[in-house]
Amino acid sequence: MTIEVRGLSKKFGAFAALDNVSLDVPGGGLIALLGPSGSGKTTLLRLLAGLERPDAGSAWIDGVDLASQSARQRNVGLVFQHYALFRHLDVYENIAFALRVRKRPRAEVDARVRELLALIQLESFERRLPSQLSGGQRQRVALARALAARPRVLLLDEPFGALDAQVRAELRSWLRRLHDEIHLTTVFVTHDQDEAFEVADRVVVMNRGRIEQVGAPAEVFEHPANDFVMRFLGHVNVLEAELGDGRARIGDVTLAIDSAPGGPGRIYVRPHDVELARAPADGALAARVVRVTPLSSGLKVDLSVPALGSRLRADLDWERGAALGLRDGEDVFLSLRRARAFARPPSAAGEDTTADAA
Amino acid sequence: MTDALAMAARRSARVGPPLGAPIGPPIGAPIAATDEPAWVRRTVIGVAIGFVGLFVLVPLAAVVVEALRAGLAAYGRAIAEPAALSAVKLTFLASAIAVPLNVVFGVAAAWAIARFRFPGRSILITLIDLPLAVSPVIAGMVYLLLFGRQGLLGPWLTDHGIKVVFALPGIVLATTFVTFPFVARELIPLMESQGAEEEEAAIVLGATGWQTFVRVTLPKIKWGLWYGIVLCTARAMGEFGAVSVVSGHIRGRTATLPLHVEILYNEYEYQAAFAVASLLVVLALASLVARRVIARRVEVI
Repeated sequence: MTIEVRGLSKKFGAFAALDNVSLDVPGGGLIALLGPSGSGKTTLLRLLAGLERPDAGSAWIDGVDLASQSARQRNVGLVFQHYALFRHLDVYENIAFALRVRKRPRAEVDARVRELLALIQLESFERRLPSQLSGGQRQRVALARALAARPRVLLLDEPFGALDAQVRAELRSWLRRLHDEIHLTTVFVTHDQDEAFEVADRVVVMNRGRIEQVGAPAEVFEHPANDFVMRFLGHVNVLEAELGDGRARIGDVTLAIDSAPGGPGRIYVRPHDVELARAPADGALAARVVRVTPLSSGLKVDLSVPALGSRLRADLDWERGAALGLRDGEDVFLSLRRARAFARPPSAAGEDTTADAA
Repeated sequence: MTDALAMAARRSARVGPPLGAPIGPPIGAPIAATDEPAWVRRTVIGVAIGFVGLFVLVPLAAVVVEALRAGLAAYGRAIAEPAALSAVKLTFLASAIAVPLNVVFGVAAAWAIARFRFPGRSILITLIDLPLAVSPVIAGMVYLLLFGRQGLLGPWLTDHGIKVVFALPGIVLATTFVTFPFVARELIPLMESQGAEEEEAAIVLGATGWQTFVRVTLPKIKWGLWYGIVLCTARAMGEFGAVSVVSGHIRGRTATLPLHVEILYNEYEYQAAFAVASLLVVLALASLVARRVIARRVEVI
């Protein structure tokens, strides 16, 4: 089932939670709404579920205008951030709820609930109350409950937000596998970039009630549409610069970049695009190692760079880190493999504001 | 205003362990890190127990002793007397009407206040407390002024043969007025703290408004509601002031239990008065027990 959203807006008092948002979710797709808190992603989800009414705009699920349907008629599966399981009902009755209120025959209810209990691997927990389950188990019950009435689309609000890291990782890949099995059009909200990239086919980056960029994870990461997306997706070094003539000037240093807009702007450099060497090379800048921190993926190196008048972060993989053998306080030389520039203040999203330096 | 209500609710007995429940160290032992001298401890505990004994236990015991002074046979006769039985019946009848009315009102008011922001909301919250602030006698007077023979609606009611004052409707009205805060005050803080997410989940899962109320909201507030009903019932059966004004004290007809006790007492029938009063004591003790039992359930949820 496809979801189409056109020009949706929603205000809470003077605060524009959602500002003229349009979006297409293809049938069977798995889409992540990614953004900081207050960016409007949960509001969009609640509008689709019918828990809020839009001030303007429309949305369709499989061609049916949602304005013509109340929340209970939409048959949308919604999983709440804090699950909102019925605390007085056991696991079995929680999952059966949507079928019970539809007055389905007992045998049909039982068959469906058993099927879902098997799906979430909680067959032996059917008589437990929600308060007797762990967070990950509650999460799975909430998902089964949402799926019971065979919803047209599945909406997940920060589905893993309240879980610890290991359970999150397990549930993420479980959700991805589940989606590959049942092919239900799914929209999930998250503020966690790794989560969005790992689970979703497409990522919708949101900020202040607007959509900043839509694309496949790699596309969004490799070609951020603007400085917000650049900064939101992972750590980035930001340098104030004077842009013009395909160059960026920071103090006495000049960097070559393609087709940068003129005037004051910012240069963005990902930590893994900062290359370090022991020996000086052409165009390399002298730097001092402030601190080396081992991370799970490699080494994080904080550097002070006098020529740029600022500090930079460089990420090295283990091999390169071991080869260099850096220690705090040592002198190194750095070069920037790739730097991007965006005009400041950020103009409308588009390729012409992005420039890649060789 | 909501905060005031919530605080009032917190002050009520059910927050924290019920009185007398074992809380940690044995009675008389200092609780953690306090190093008051023994005599301070003993004095404070002694004062508390002494007060309860002097002002609560002794009078209650006196009621029972007086009631049984002339023997069990006399006690039985006083209670089985037609006027006494009629008072019991009237008391239960008035409560049986007033309490359900207040349950409906209380649930509706709590629902509206906890779930919606609407003009007049804070006024409604204030008005719910009004019967607790106003002397019950004044409440009775108001009904007298409205429905009495000389009252505003009196002539119209007389013309249509409807009797409110000095009859059951007046007693029910007065009882309802005096007891109407109890259910609502119990439910408002409870519903506010529980939030509406489960109700939202129910609606998205396809439940109608009524299904959501019966299957989700009611079970969530069940024990709080029972607690409110017990408080409300206890007060309804014991109410004296407001009912006294509107009932007319017609022995055997418009006298509720508390009024019947007064009538007997004024007629110097002390033993009978205390015998009937002991019934009220039993009802009060029963409601105390019910409160203790239910309060634990409210805490669990």
